[in-house]
Amino acid sequence: MKKLKSVNDFVIRFANVNGSGSASANNLFAKAIFRLGVPVSPKNIFPSNIQGLPTWYEVRVSEQGYQGRRGGYDFIVAVNGQTLEKDYDDLLPGGYFFYDSTRALSDHFKRKDITLIGMPLTDICNREIENPKLRPLLKNIIYVGALAHILDMEFSVLTDSIAKQFSKKPKLAAPNIRSLELGFNYASSHFPDVCKLSVKRSNKLSDHILMDGNSATAIGAVYGGATIVGWYPITPSTSVVESFDKFTRRHRLDESGKRRAAIIQAEDELSALGIAVGAAWNGARSFTATSGPGISLMNELLGLAYFSEIPVVLINVQRAGPSTGMPTRTQQSDILACAYASHGDTKHVLLFPCDPKECFEMAADSFDLAETLQTPVILMSDLDLGMNDHVCLPMEWDDNRTYRRGKVLDHDLLESMTEDWGRYLDRDGDGICYRTYPGTHPEKGAYFTRGSSHDEYAAYTEDTDAYKRCMERLSKKWDTAKTLVPAPRIKRNDRAAAWGVIFFGTSTYASYEAIEMLDKKGIALDTMRLRGFPFQDEVREFIDHHETLFVIEQNRDGQMRTLLINELGIVLDKLVSVAHIDGTPIDARYISQSIESVLAKTPKGGAA
Amino acid sequence: MNSRRPVFRHPDLPKNDLGYTRKDYEGLDSTLCAGCGHDSVSNSITQACFELSIEPHRVVKLSGIGCSSKSPAYFIGKSHGFNSVHGRMPSVATGANMANKDLLYLGISGDGDTASIGMGQFVHVARRNLNMVYIVMNNGCYGLTKGQDSATADKGSSSRKGRPNPFEAIDLCEMAVQLGAGFVARGFSGDKEQLVPLLKAAIRHKGFALVDVISPCVTFNNNETSTKSYHWIRDHMEATATFDFIPLRQEITANYKEGASQSIALHDGSVIQLHKSDNSFDITKRRSAINALEHHREKGQILTGILYVNETLKDTHDILETTDKPLNALTQKELCPGNQTLQQIFENYR
Repeated sequence: MKKLKSVNDFVIRFANVNGSGSASANNLFAKAIFRLGVPVSPKNIFPSNIQGLPTWYEVRVSEQGYQGRRGGYDFIVAVNGQTLEKDYDDLLPGGYFFYDSTRALSDHFKRKDITLIGMPLTDICNREIENPKLRPLLKNIIYVGALAHILDMEFSVLTDSIAKQFSKKPKLAAPNIRSLELGFNYASSHFPDVCKLSVKRSNKLSDHILMDGNSATAIGAVYGGATIVGWYPITPSTSVVESFDKFTRRHRLDESGKRRAAIIQAEDELSALGIAVGAAWNGARSFTATSGPGISLMNELLGLAYFSEIPVVLINVQRAGPSTGMPTRTQQSDILACAYASHGDTKHVLLFPCDPKECFEMAADSFDLAETLQTPVILMSDLDLGMNDHVCLPMEWDDNRTYRRGKVLDHDLLESMTEDWGRYLDRDGDGICYRTYPGTHPEKGAYFTRGSSHDEYAAYTEDTDAYKRCMERLSKKWDTAKTLVPAPRIKRNDRAAAWGVIFFGTSTYASYEAIEMLDKKGIALDTMRLRGFPFQDEVREFIDHHETLFVIEQNRDGQMRTLLINELGIVLDKLVSVAHIDGTPIDARYISQSIESVLAKTPKGGAA
Repeated sequence: MNSRRPVFRHPDLPKNDLGYTRKDYEGLDSTLCAGCGHDSVSNSITQACFELSIEPHRVVKLSGIGCSSKSPAYFIGKSHGFNSVHGRMPSVATGANMANKDLLYLGISGDGDTASIGMGQFVHVARRNLNMVYIVMNNGCYGLTKGQDSATADKGSSSRKGRPNPFEAIDLCEMAVQLGAGFVARGFSGDKEQLVPLLKAAIRHKGFALVDVISPCVTFNNNETSTKSYHWIRDHMEATATFDFIPLRQEITANYKEGASQSIALHDGSVIQLHKSDNSFDITKRRSAINALEHHREKGQILTGILYVNETLKDTHDILETTDKPLNALTQKELCPGNQTLQQIFENYR
């Protein structure tokens, strides 16, 4: 048997029971690698449950900086009896299977192509840890200590992390550090040179941070000036609002300690968006955060905001649908539901962040965009981006930047205005009209907002011409939106590529890696990362420039592909769907194999 | 009313403290049916705001969908209005109020808009104690879709369609008391003498104020067999203690016998002066309010007047501890913590 061998380039998977404290131990391991300057990408694959069901935590260690999922596992820490056999089967040939040897493996476990590392974790816990309540928690810390030896890591990084984590409760640090040592010492004496995977300190990370997308989104909303949040708890979006709450409590208080933010946990998602709409209408920057089932409920208010032109921001942290689906698994499957949310002719501006840095930037920008366009803006994050930690460079805020509040008439502008004002009168020819906030001026600027048909002066109308004028102006505004949403990122291969690849959001990093893998095999591909909807002319030009394009996304039906075909009038066969649908983050090997298999069936030089 | 109001106004119309005449509080001509109770309610709102000298542009009118929800167009044309979607006025009002605590929020809803599709939102805006006046124009039927029974239609009552309603009726006032609303009252669109002071007191109350106004539908539910007809209400209406609403700074002149009156000071210093009668009960106690409502219901009577007042409750802004300045008026400097703070935040992510 040939053992897998590498320095700073492997995937380790932890199989645990949820609610056993494993998440913090596994996080400790991932953070230690990050603190050793090695690019790391942890993915928590967890159940919709509080205690007792299987949960996995994957850590990809990649000196080269690949952040997407690679596919396959080189090392498995198997401490969940329920999934032991499956975990064993999932290990790549040449890999390492670390398990609790307090109970011997049964006869089923017959693989000859892997290395077993058995450590009697339960026995050690029972013997060494007096308090039975602490044993399940510290068992996890013990295996992290053992891994430090097995993977040849600097042990002090772990102990320093514990010290930092418990700096305010030093009493709790001691048993954790002792557990790390228990594991490390046992491994030192029992597993010399057993594993050929190792972690060495690197200089690949400098100023980087390790952050989840939801925190970054929340900080972006703070910096973007959001004050009012209506929300309803739903996985995986909940931590957006919890983080917004935390950061505004720390950084948004007035001199007397009162809050410059109002966060209302509503009775449902209808109300959550209703609150955000009411606040935005009244001149405050507001948002709501939700996921698929919430989007379904919010359709009603999204239509109202679209038609009455209210600049509200919606954060959609997507999860696996349909219906309740898999609440704790990731997908990019609300593309069509969001692009065309609500009845009648509606279209909504979408933003597609691919990492925490873009979560921050796009969240902050979304308020400028919504207020400039006076329409809802939906930030399309997902569970993988929102809830997992990602390595990225720290974001910067330009202190000279000023919020773009859009076309709003204040008291003085209303006072000096001589011409006739109409809320829905398009003076500038860009489809965007001037609005006023309630209470601005005693005599001027009052109007009646409604979701029913209205004329240029906001009066109810059933006049067919007035209705048509309104709908056509909204189309004109949509054209204006094309000039304002973030442009796609296009990378052209040095060799003239006949094929193109299109992806967005959390499919990004695995896609770039897959493109590199294919490039090494002589398959040249140009790439376009979409960052916003509506699509700009550049998107069409990129598609026109290639014979065949692959659209990589994480849903069954190729929703982005459908959207491109529908919006740009693309010939169906020109766009080939590469769809990953199992609810785990898409991986590079899957993408490269999918593209390769399509190209293999293609006549030389031609397109599918 | 489809009949147009005369444009001409007497040059010596009385003015309020701000120098506005009643005309400054009017809106567009109504497009509701002639004789609709809702127009009387709109008139009473106009009158109450005029008498209280509220700046017209500092009022925000919000509504859902239905005949009642059209009404905000028919009063205080100088204020902003928001005719939202069916049953969602409370959430939109909540957001609007959060954005600017300094305006007066008048929510107009109907019995379908509140007691059916919007029940969830009604319940929760009440328990959050949003500082607003929530007026239900309650006619027991869906007028705009031609007369179906609503959830406030009394059991056994039949509309013009003739089939008795087989379901239990929801009493919004009793519910609001139970939910912890700070001000609960019931009026009748045909009794302006009572409705105007009710609305004035509701406006001056800080926190959630429900005014459930029985407002007959002349087209679909004003027949003899309906318990929401003008005729039936006039015959079965029973007022709680009559009262005076005495705005701030107005001297209390009336004298009442010891024990025959009760004064309740509102948040801004205005006073509700109750004149007790045999029907009276303590309107500051939830239990007695609910008892009185149940008692009259059993007798087939409709209890009107102020049903419950609690001036000690915190409103949503107080509960959330928001800053004194309206949130929509905060400057970028007050909102954005700046790059230096951002870099400090990141220290926790290394």
